[in-house]
Amino acid sequence: MEANLVDKSVIETGEMVLNMGPQHPSTHGVLRLKIHTDGEIVSQIEPVIGYLHRCFEKHCEKLSYEQIVPFTDRCDYLASMHMDHAYSIAVEKLLDIELPDRVEYIRVIIAELQRIASHLVAVGTFGLDVGAITPFTWTIRDRERVLDLFETLCGARLLYNYIWPGGVSHDLPPKFIERTLDFLDYFDPQIDELNNLLTTNKIFIERTADVGILPPEVGINFGVSGPSLRGSGVNFDLRKNEPYSIYSKFDFDVPVGKGEMGTIGDTWDRYYVRVLEMRESAKIIRQACAELPGGDVHAALPKKIRPNAGEVYGRYESARGDVGFYIMSNGKNIPMRVKMRSPAFCNLSVLSEISEGWMISDVIAILGSLDIVLGEIDR
Amino acid sequence: MTFDEIVALLDTKASGKTSVIEGKTVISVSPENWSEISAILKNESKLNFDYLMCISAYDKGDNKVYGAAYNFYSTVNNHYLEVRVEIEDGISIPSVVELWKAADWHEREAYDMMGLKFEGHPDLKRILLSDDWEGYPLRKNYKEPDYYHGLPVPKDKSYWD
Repeated sequence: MEANLVDKSVIETGEMVLNMGPQHPSTHGVLRLKIHTDGEIVSQIEPVIGYLHRCFEKHCEKLSYEQIVPFTDRCDYLASMHMDHAYSIAVEKLLDIELPDRVEYIRVIIAELQRIASHLVAVGTFGLDVGAITPFTWTIRDRERVLDLFETLCGARLLYNYIWPGGVSHDLPPKFIERTLDFLDYFDPQIDELNNLLTTNKIFIERTADVGILPPEVGINFGVSGPSLRGSGVNFDLRKNEPYSIYSKFDFDVPVGKGEMGTIGDTWDRYYVRVLEMRESAKIIRQACAELPGGDVHAALPKKIRPNAGEVYGRYESARGDVGFYIMSNGKNIPMRVKMRSPAFCNLSVLSEISEGWMISDVIAILGSLDIVLGEIDR
Repeated sequence: MTFDEIVALLDTKASGKTSVIEGKTVISVSPENWSEISAILKNESKLNFDYLMCISAYDKGDNKVYGAAYNFYSTVNNHYLEVRVEIEDGISIPSVVELWKAADWHEREAYDMMGLKFEGHPDLKRILLSDDWEGYPLRKNYKEPDYYHGLPVPKDKSYWD
């Protein structure tokens, strides 16, 4: 047989562009990735975003301050409470109002429960992305318990409209604290189970350790924040570094990536930081529940929100990172400009940088470890 | 460092090129001086603003003046700064992508939504809207189009009724 059936000089070995999404199960929403590859090796990724753009910022210029809360709910739909809380803190800073202690405690309990719920989805879907199906069903089962708690709280399971500028919409329902503590007693052993099932699973470690390393200085330069940055060993958490609300009263640690299974800042580290953060959140909730004071939750609710002309930049540590609300007021009851700094937006911008040189299948793991929510990126 | 110390330091490094907006803790810089000032903010070891949090484009509402507000933070020194660069329509602002990669997408968003042009940006194109979108939606004088690709744009409930 002829040895050279194929004339290799005419085979093109140039760069290929692979399109992933917008309808792709592992892109966590409607995200399109234009992946430039050489064979199986990724050379560059161009994320194409905007499929979920709902003109959040334009809507804000037509609505009064109170009416914006349902819109912030819909930005990050996996952690709506965080968005409402972040927006409320910015407006309260603009209005310069003091909140009753009870409101602050309720908000912290709710925010930390929300962080647990959001991280459960993050670690579950991350496992799903790299081929572990069972842990996802387990984490979703536990998240349901948190959503049940929220349902007793405000009737909604996903989009709450619960935290308002100046307070919260309702006081806690009867037995809420007992139920929360019951949940935490149930939940603590579940994290050990998750670690046995997924975190220390050999196949999982093979897929995630040493993959997609994010050096800390690159992360800071790209504006990466939240667990994705802490996975690179940067001890930066707004709850500690710049305590808002009443976080300075609580005793908790900030988990950072240590490179236990590979290099500091790999996808495994980013995943494991989220697992450890759930324990810290549980710790905060227990402390807050023990100290919960009484009082009227509507005491500081303003009758009409009409701040003086000026502007404010409020920062908040959400489940995905550093949320910022930049609000400009011109003295009317409608804001002049609301800009939301979305943490997932900045976290996604680093994808191309850290995926370079990895296989296409690793891109899925890297993207999953960044834990993006498209509703918040596209606004 | 406090805001006053930062202002004093900037005055010694680049005197007369920055000014404090009256009654606010905000620095205003003209677009001609912005490249120089931004390099000082990033590279001067006492300032060391390594984290660009946000770029918010805004419209003053007079069809003429537009601006960008930069919010900086230093993860090393734990201090903040807000800088504003205001321009008249059509004039471009020097890009800071070389110094902070985070500026890449934020500047694209400011261009997409408010029509601010950033000189020296590697790939200034729309980011959230489609490439063929006309106008800049966050401008106060933006009019919603009547048709998009030949399809009427519903503006109130009567379209469905």
